[in-house]
Amino acid sequence: MPAPAEGARTGPGRSTRRQFLLGGAVAGIGAAAAIGADYALNRSNTEENTAPSTPMNGDEKVPFFGAHQAGIDTAAQAHGVFLGLDLNDGVDAAALVRLMRILTDDAARLTQGRPALADSEPELALSPARLTITFGFGPGLVARAGAAGPGWLAPLPAFGIDQLQPKLSDGDLLLQVNGDDPLTVAHATRMLLKDARGFATIRWTQQGFRRAYGTERPGTTMRNLFGQVDGTTNPEPGTKDFDQVVWAEDGWLAGGTGAVIRRIRMDLDKWDRLDRSGRDASVGRSIANGAPLTGTKEFDEPDFEAKTAIGFPVIPQFAHIRRARGDDSERIFRRAYNYDERPLGAEVSESGLIFVSYQADIESQFIPMQRRLDELDLLNEWTVPIGSAVFAIPPGCAEDGFIGDSLLS
Amino acid sequence: MTRQKLCERHYTMNTSKTLPRAAALLAVSLLALTGCAATAAPASEDSKPAGDVVTIEDAWVKSAPDGMSAGFGMLENTGDADVTVVSVESDVSPMMELHETVENEAGEMVMREIEGGFVIPAGGELALEPGANHIMLMGLEGPLVAGDEATFTLTFSDDSTYEFTAPVKDYSGANENYEESDDEGMDH
Repeated sequence: MPAPAEGARTGPGRSTRRQFLLGGAVAGIGAAAAIGADYALNRSNTEENTAPSTPMNGDEKVPFFGAHQAGIDTAAQAHGVFLGLDLNDGVDAAALVRLMRILTDDAARLTQGRPALADSEPELALSPARLTITFGFGPGLVARAGAAGPGWLAPLPAFGIDQLQPKLSDGDLLLQVNGDDPLTVAHATRMLLKDARGFATIRWTQQGFRRAYGTERPGTTMRNLFGQVDGTTNPEPGTKDFDQVVWAEDGWLAGGTGAVIRRIRMDLDKWDRLDRSGRDASVGRSIANGAPLTGTKEFDEPDFEAKTAIGFPVIPQFAHIRRARGDDSERIFRRAYNYDERPLGAEVSESGLIFVSYQADIESQFIPMQRRLDELDLLNEWTVPIGSAVFAIPPGCAEDGFIGDSLLS
Repeated sequence: MTRQKLCERHYTMNTSKTLPRAAALLAVSLLALTGCAATAAPASEDSKPAGDVVTIEDAWVKSAPDGMSAGFGMLENTGDADVTVVSVESDVSPMMELHETVENEAGEMVMREIEGGFVIPAGGELALEPGANHIMLMGLEGPLVAGDEATFTLTFSDDSTYEFTAPVKDYSGANENYEESDDEGMDH
């Protein structure tokens, strides 16, 4: 056979975007032809270094292939969609390989601003805007693969504060789609779901947001809808500290991590009745800038021993940060998104937090902290967990591999 | 009845009924621009075999439980002469055809076997995609399921060949309209 058996899909340095769009024009769909021509013009501008002086955010890309999946140590994008899928009956290990090969190919293309194969809206893929697509495996998927997961890969223990709804909890496969452009995120999500449709059904969808792109310096600690600075104690991506907190080291999960995703309803109408000092005390931090009540700046270390003039702790016993603080092993990396849905009835808000945390070992890092918060945390007055799911996030993959290959191959 | 007529009757695209006529005409004119209808110039004597200069990008094939399906991708010819794909084989379907999509007398876009094969211009490319030129799998030997791979072998007019694999994807488009399903041998 004179030709390479592999075909040409992995040929290096090939300008597939332009080719695809020229193909789009041939398809004879008027709009596609027009957009394709427009894009070709823009592209030729870029190639001749006559691009506009302000680079477009839409062109920014986060690499897909690598030791770790993107979307975890990536500076959190403005928009996040999280989907929990249930595998169809009969989806076995071989089918999981097929599914993850397809989804990996989709993600590898879409995150780099290239249409997926069989993408019926290819123009929507051309501005990735830091799109990342991250996959997670629930206990059910690992069982279908005929493998054993880490011990913590199971629903979290029941907590007293929980009012979990099954339709917002658990799931076999996590699709996490993050990006700075909501149209790009919507297209990528739909493309993934179209390709997963033959294998799984949607169990839950959660859509969240942070500040819009460009509103704040990247890396600024987010604020939640209570106005709180949320995530100050996060380890910093790119540091050894972060690596130790987040990345697992053993077995098929080496290079991956554990994800906890909890939908936490925040009663903003009740929170409205709390004055400023009460708000500060409930967290143990100043709402104004996130500084601990014993400090002046966000990243000052809280002094849990400090007492007021009359002998009470400056950071109260019930304060969230005191209750959350464990020993050095009980640390997590938070990467939450806000949600704000349509309120029902007399309330004016149906809001909350899509709490997302990554940690190498959920059993030893997350659960002890959550037990303490379950026992006592004044914030529980205004928050209720209504959904909860745990996933193993497999490591990243090489260009000739696929996400999950360490488990499924 | 010739096979070609059968094809014209059977592969009427669903989209044709809603596609504005202007768009349909645009499609036809663009198809003409790509040189599909032209015949290949004979390769110069020192040209490499077509199988050595043709590649395919972004190849994929539509999943199907049985019956027919179609394969797509972007064929690229890096050689200095036009090349012509005259036939195709696949491990998943013993009966294969090269199809084009044209407008019939009723103004509908219909698919039919292309006469003379696919011409890929020198230094150019030819799109195989839903609603346009494509590789037609006429009789699947078994289900084509998403995530599997199918192997195709293109044969060129100089008898050289090019083999590639294409992943199978679920896809709602690329539908043929089997209006006359009582016809023998074409049940679906």
